[in-house]
Amino acid sequence: MRKFETDVQLVKYEVLKEVSKLALEGTLQEKQRTIQKIVDPGPKARFRCCIYKEREITKKRVKLAMGGDKRNPNIIEVIGAACDECPINRFTITEACRGCLAHRCTEACPVNAIYHVGQRAYINQQKCIECGKCKAACPYNAVSDVMRPCRRACPVDALSIDDDKKAVIDYDKCIQCGACVYQCPFGAIMDKSQIVDVINELKNARLNKTNVYAVVAPAISSQFTFAKIGQVINAIKKIGFHDVVEAALGADLIALHETNEFADVIGEKGFLTSSCCPAFVSFIQKKYPSLEGNISTSVSPMIAISRLIKQTDENAKIVFIGPCVAKKTEAKNSAVSGSTDYVLTFEELCAMIDSMGIDIEACEEDDLNNASFFGRIFARSGGLTEAIKHVIEEYNIEADFKPICCDGIDECDKTLKMAKVGKLESNFIEGMACSGGCIGGPMSLHHGHKDRKEVDKYGMQAAEKGVKDSLRIFEIEKLNLHRSTGKKK
Amino acid sequence: MTTIQVCIGSACHLKGSYSVINKLQSVIKEKQLDKQIVIKAAFCLGECTKAVSVKVDNHPIQSLDETGVEGFIDALLAEEGV
Ligand code: FES
Repeated sequence: MRKFETDVQLVKYEVLKEVSKLALEGTLQEKQRTIQKIVDPGPKARFRCCIYKEREITKKRVKLAMGGDKRNPNIIEVIGAACDECPINRFTITEACRGCLAHRCTEACPVNAIYHVGQRAYINQQKCIECGKCKAACPYNAVSDVMRPCRRACPVDALSIDDDKKAVIDYDKCIQCGACVYQCPFGAIMDKSQIVDVINELKNARLNKTNVYAVVAPAISSQFTFAKIGQVINAIKKIGFHDVVEAALGADLIALHETNEFADVIGEKGFLTSSCCPAFVSFIQKKYPSLEGNISTSVSPMIAISRLIKQTDENAKIVFIGPCVAKKTEAKNSAVSGSTDYVLTFEELCAMIDSMGIDIEACEEDDLNNASFFGRIFARSGGLTEAIKHVIEEYNIEADFKPICCDGIDECDKTLKMAKVGKLESNFIEGMACSGGCIGGPMSLHHGHKDRKEVDKYGMQAAEKGVKDSLRIFEIEKLNLHRSTGKKK
Repeated sequence: MTTIQVCIGSACHLKGSYSVINKLQSVIKEKQLDKQIVIKAAFCLGECTKAVSVKVDNHPIQSLDETGVEGFIDALLAEEGV
């Protein structure tokens, strides 16, 4: 049976499922207001202070599940009504304060925010600038530091708190990594969904004479702990997809393409970074703009496989399904537009399957086998690097490949810092914003330490051993695997 | 120009569609038919239970395996006069 990691996942799932149900019925416009009563039947509230607030929040979730504010290009939005329960004041003085004579805290404070009443110190929160000096100075460890989880999660400092004490995202800084969506304990930050668009595309496929393909990320291997992958594939086909194809085949294409690119440009550029993780790419563009020229110009595996499918079928529409929020933004990027049409997350996929009453565990098993071992292990940190090493050997490419794998955005940041000042000892940076790689993605149904092994196990089951085997029938020369880098979005 | 679509969907792939394609390519090259016949890959032709699905232009889908390729091309030449 399906288990949810948290109730945050559960409520989001419930909303997505109801939205999906009504979209299938074709009654979403008229009936969207009924969802709040289905999800929050009352009379008692499940999580919040009262049922009215709960329903109000659900209403906002329904909006986002239906695509949210179309004028705002950012995929991630804060649900104001859901965000108000976190302590606003980061530093407070606890009862451990002894009211000592030394008052080191007061002395340490650069803005005179600490005052004393009776035997205790207090922080004037109006003055506090959250520098943390008092905490460091207190001999009793009496200063507590509670940073809002969303702010702590954000690697680019894009979150701030407004006058109403609500979280606000600075879209100029946001790299769409989705960390805050996953980390907010109240589910107050959510990604917008294309679930309705996909359902409509599937419903109209016959009319429009289109074939809607599902492309699944290799991270799927660690997702459905309660069913076999083959059963999930069968369920996806039952939804109405024409076929299910592995994104990992796109990864095979990119392994070869990026290796050739590396061999070509490394002499001139000095070092190259990977480009398959869109949050990592955006991180470089926003935080290290001087290094933008070092980002590989190869497209991501998602875009590569989309283009490959469209090469075989001019009526194809492509829906990518993965654990990633940033992919939603990537698909819309003008540098690669027209390739991947829609992006869904594993969460959204589940909601869709369930809304149709398909019981995954009762499904037959279908095959899913398009890629090689190496394409499949792109789902975890280090996979791309192993694939490039393999390609260099298998194709006898002359290249002095000295990689460094950065697992998670903090490691990426450290390495890029070195690169910026010219102190990088390697000549290739593999960067993954989520720790563990895609299997640690914010929209994974499952985050666990065994996931990496699952990916490798799944990799071994690939029919094609190496990249050369898996690409042996394709006319790769006819496929454009470059991002246009002429103008930035 | 005749188009042969060979299915490379997962089920057919596992039954050897890549070998069928490679064999087709070599036979076509050998017989110098590359001006008359093109081979295209297709994801799932919808008959996954058979062997490798192959479709010539708009004709019904046939099942083919690597050993049958030569005969298949000969039949095609005779029938269509390609
Ligand atoms: S996989 Fe070949 S017909 Fe379906």
